[in-house]
Amino acid sequence: MKWFLDLFSSSLGRKVLMALTGLFLTMFLAVHLAGNLQLLKDDGGKSFNMYAEFMGTNPLIQFVSKGNFALIIIHIIWAIMLSRKNRQARGEVGYAIAPKKSTWTSRNMGILGTIILIFLVIHIRHFYSEAHFGSIPTQVYDGKEVKDLYGEVVRWFKVDWYVALYVFCMAALGFHLWHGFTSAFQTLGLNHMKYNGVINLVGKAFAIVVPALFAWIPISMFFV
Amino acid sequence: MKITLKVWRQKNKDAKGEFKTYEHNHVSADMSFLEMLDVLNEELTKKNEEPIAFDHDCREGICGMCSLYINGHPHGPLQTTTCQLHMRSFQDGETITIEPWRAKAFPVVRDLVVDRTAFDRIQQAGAYVNVNTGGVPDANEIPISKKIADEAFDAASCIGCGACVAACKNASAMLFVGAKVSQFALLPQGKVERKERVEKMVAQMDAEGFGSCTNTYACEAECPKGIKIANIARMNREYFGAMISSYQIESGGGGD
Amino acid sequence: MNLDSKIPEGIVAEKWTKHKFNLKLVNPANKRKYEVIVVGTGLAGASAAASLGELGYNVKAFCFQDSPRRAHSIAAQGGINAAKNYQNDGDSIYRLFYDTVKGGDYRAREGNVYRLAESSVSIIDQCVAQGVPFAREYGGLLANRSFGGAQVSRTFYARGQTGQQLLLGAYGALNRQIANGKVKMYNRTEMLDLVVVDGKAKGIITRNLITGKVEAHSADAVLLCTGGYGNVFYLSTNAKGSNVTAAWRAHKKGALFGNPCFTQIHPTCIPVTGTHQSKLTLMSESLRNDGRVWVPKKAMPGLKSKDAAAIPESERDYFLERKYPSFGNLVPRDVASRNAKQVCDEGRGVGSGLAVFLDFSDAINRDGEDTIRAKYGNLFDMYAQITGENPYKGPMMIYPAVHYTMGGLWVDYNLQTTVPGLYALGEANFSDHGANRLGASALMQGLADGYFVIPYTLGDYLATIGWNDKVSTDHPAFQEAISAVNDRMNKLINIKGKKTVDDFHRQLGLTMWEYCGMSRSEEGLKKAKKIIQDIKAEFWTNVNVLGGASELNQELEKAGRVADFIELGELMVDDALNRTESCGGHFREESQTPEGEALRKDDEFAYVAAWEFKGENQPEALHKEELKFENVKLTQRSYK
Repeated sequence: MKWFLDLFSSSLGRKVLMALTGLFLTMFLAVHLAGNLQLLKDDGGKSFNMYAEFMGTNPLIQFVSKGNFALIIIHIIWAIMLSRKNRQARGEVGYAIAPKKSTWTSRNMGILGTIILIFLVIHIRHFYSEAHFGSIPTQVYDGKEVKDLYGEVVRWFKVDWYVALYVFCMAALGFHLWHGFTSAFQTLGLNHMKYNGVINLVGKAFAIVVPALFAWIPISMFFV
Repeated sequence: MKITLKVWRQKNKDAKGEFKTYEHNHVSADMSFLEMLDVLNEELTKKNEEPIAFDHDCREGICGMCSLYINGHPHGPLQTTTCQLHMRSFQDGETITIEPWRAKAFPVVRDLVVDRTAFDRIQQAGAYVNVNTGGVPDANEIPISKKIADEAFDAASCIGCGACVAACKNASAMLFVGAKVSQFALLPQGKVERKERVEKMVAQMDAEGFGSCTNTYACEAECPKGIKIANIARMNREYFGAMISSYQIESGGGGD
Repeated sequence: MNLDSKIPEGIVAEKWTKHKFNLKLVNPANKRKYEVIVVGTGLAGASAAASLGELGYNVKAFCFQDSPRRAHSIAAQGGINAAKNYQNDGDSIYRLFYDTVKGGDYRAREGNVYRLAESSVSIIDQCVAQGVPFAREYGGLLANRSFGGAQVSRTFYARGQTGQQLLLGAYGALNRQIANGKVKMYNRTEMLDLVVVDGKAKGIITRNLITGKVEAHSADAVLLCTGGYGNVFYLSTNAKGSNVTAAWRAHKKGALFGNPCFTQIHPTCIPVTGTHQSKLTLMSESLRNDGRVWVPKKAMPGLKSKDAAAIPESERDYFLERKYPSFGNLVPRDVASRNAKQVCDEGRGVGSGLAVFLDFSDAINRDGEDTIRAKYGNLFDMYAQITGENPYKGPMMIYPAVHYTMGGLWVDYNLQTTVPGLYALGEANFSDHGANRLGASALMQGLADGYFVIPYTLGDYLATIGWNDKVSTDHPAFQEAISAVNDRMNKLINIKGKKTVDDFHRQLGLTMWEYCGMSRSEEGLKKAKKIIQDIKAEFWTNVNVLGGASELNQELEKAGRVADFIELGELMVDDALNRTESCGGHFREESQTPEGEALRKDDEFAYVAAWEFKGENQPEALHKEELKFENVKLTQRSYK
């Protein structure tokens, strides 16, 4: 097992952990977005609430969801470890003029990640924990009583500062993905002339479309 | 041309360094950057001020000895070595800031001179094919496709100057190590030991205190020899492949 | 002194095989009891240190650069010759041997050159096995090109960076031995003296360039692989750090210096732009395949490239094509260089006056810019980067520059100098190139010496002296040498004069270039001797070396090297004075044919001039090693 520990404590192994967890989390984003888009359905929140109920009770989903939390935590912890190590690698005296031949996004994944983390905390506090542990009103659909998470969302999405924060954080997510998506492939060694174009295209498209759709929901609901 | 230089001066590795400002009034556009420093050093000597120490040797862009972090760029604003940079790339009256490479693994020795022996140690860990002199097959017994040979050459053209480390916000040496690993991973001669090689070289790279790659690609943008980040990806592949599949055989005596 | 070259008897093709058999061997178990010092880590040094380490000797290797990989072999561009005959065009070991002796203008030993040609074949095998990425054909086999006017394609290459790739191969082999603990590497460490005990080389004195610490290292043998001394001219294509100090110190401790005046001047370098110039950059002479060399017929001082097109054909002098109709622009290096100097001396030089045009406009019109770009793109880019001018738009300006020194420490067939236990390899020895080196032969010689000669010949000496012939660094000889080194440095630091080290070096260089460069005369050489003596006297009273000896002090390093260059310069002048013939890179104005071509005098000068140091400020003693030619017929070179 020593080799396994060596692998994930090496500079390359740490990166690969970031890449793998990152890629899994992007998949999660896609799934989450699919759910959120049901908020826009004009059925008074029925599909969204049913969906939330399903997600909240299905044992498999629950398992994946816990795993998802674990991955987020690993992604964060390893990011902190990497950043610390990388800062140390510069040495005690840094440059008077910072290096600049790279994109701002790629240099500031930590800052972007921190914004996303803050968002996550608020987000989980408002929705996830409310849905799971909170006492929010219920709705009955087809004889089944489910929590009215939709109502909760509508309430928050009418709060101007919350919507602004949400949109801002989605922008940060976009930039995080802008670099992170393709970067993960490079880290995993998947750099090949034949596929780089596609990976790049998908990565950039994902980084724009997914956060934009996420952000569109509160905006549209705010102005309704 | 007249220029103002802000130069990092540091007596030795333990001393505290600081920037010193020099007005340089005898600069011609045809001078190379290092010649500009030569002239300044001669003027300083004539004023009984100790000249600025900096590394250089071949002055034709191949030995990799020159360094200098000029106005925020390793080897200055062009993608070339400092010795091939000429003063015509600067404006009359410009202020130029010169710093040494900054990395924990490259401690400053004096002024602008740093210790890059970490690179040597990484290569000692395995950047070679284990063959003795003599007793090798005829050179044409190993056909190598031209494409592969060219790609290996591209990786092998690294001059080991350390600009990648200097440019990287994490002081990561992965472009350098990736290039070395790639050269041997691509060639049939190197394939025999590829797993062990990459494991050892990465371990040594980590032990030297270089940072991790976060794919900012500043290294590729600043590399005077245009080494590609595809080499880092290849190293990553080689490394995981090796870590997952290599045998760990306890060494021990054979015989009867 | 009896100069015994130890060339084995017998027919030339069997000498080396026979000699190898006659050499004593060191028992494998005893090899670890020997220590060998290798100074310099270029092709010769790195390959020697690695090969000796592989055999089991304990090696200490030294280089003044921050890494052994940076030795100046790395800058060689063109390629490496080998008599593989992969191209089926009639090459053979014998032909390579013949071409090399002839190219060297019959001033090299047949025996050595044959061995060199023989080893060339194994070098390519070795380098490929190490993973050197040579150029290849689409079928996967190695590519060759014809180089330097050779009639066969025997040059192996790795784009324009052959030296780099070969050195990295040897450096890899060296690293492997460092990792194995068989080689101990001392980076940024300079050899400042040789220690001789009871007539045998037993160690060296070094200075750690970072801490300034002066240290003694003892060993059973010392190998100098320290390259050439082209920097005696101040401006040359050598690296700034390349120096003669190790070889010169050895010379002063008893090693004879062979043919010091044999210098190679390369015709296609980028001209000097001003007094700030610190080095000259060579561009591959392959450019002469398509470029036409010319100057205006009438002097036009300050003529620029951009105005060249306006000069009508009738007013241009394509002087190489005019004088040498059959070889034209492809005459050998020495001829091309000398003629360029001649037209500039006539006042017809372009640009600064010390340059001639190398014009590609005909080639571009004929083949198109793309074809020329494909062939020479990297060279054109390099030219544009250095000069700031576009060589596709106007002609390049070129001028000759010192490139290689054929002279060096005299060695016998075993590469041993006249000091037992002291060996010289690669460019540091007076070498196999006679009076002129062919293109793509320097890399070959460095690697042949290191991989395939010294591993055999060194064993013979070590087996003879035995493993317990040790001298400790406590021996008075070491202590005396350490004090001498320290005294010399302190002396330099305490002069506190008015001129910088470079002031002296430039002055020396100009003198050497003017009087002991491409063309030499008795009058000029005598003048030079006087000037150099004056430079020496002033240097030791008026140089300014700031800083101390126990710290990184680049001025002090330079000062020591320049002091040695000054002394060497004088010896070169003496040697040039003595050789009143023209041969190879040595053109003596008093010895020319009626048409003004070089005239060799085989009756008087078919010998190696080996000079013996006789004490400070004493004239050196000349010893002659007669050269015997049993296979190659001596003819006068002609390129008309």
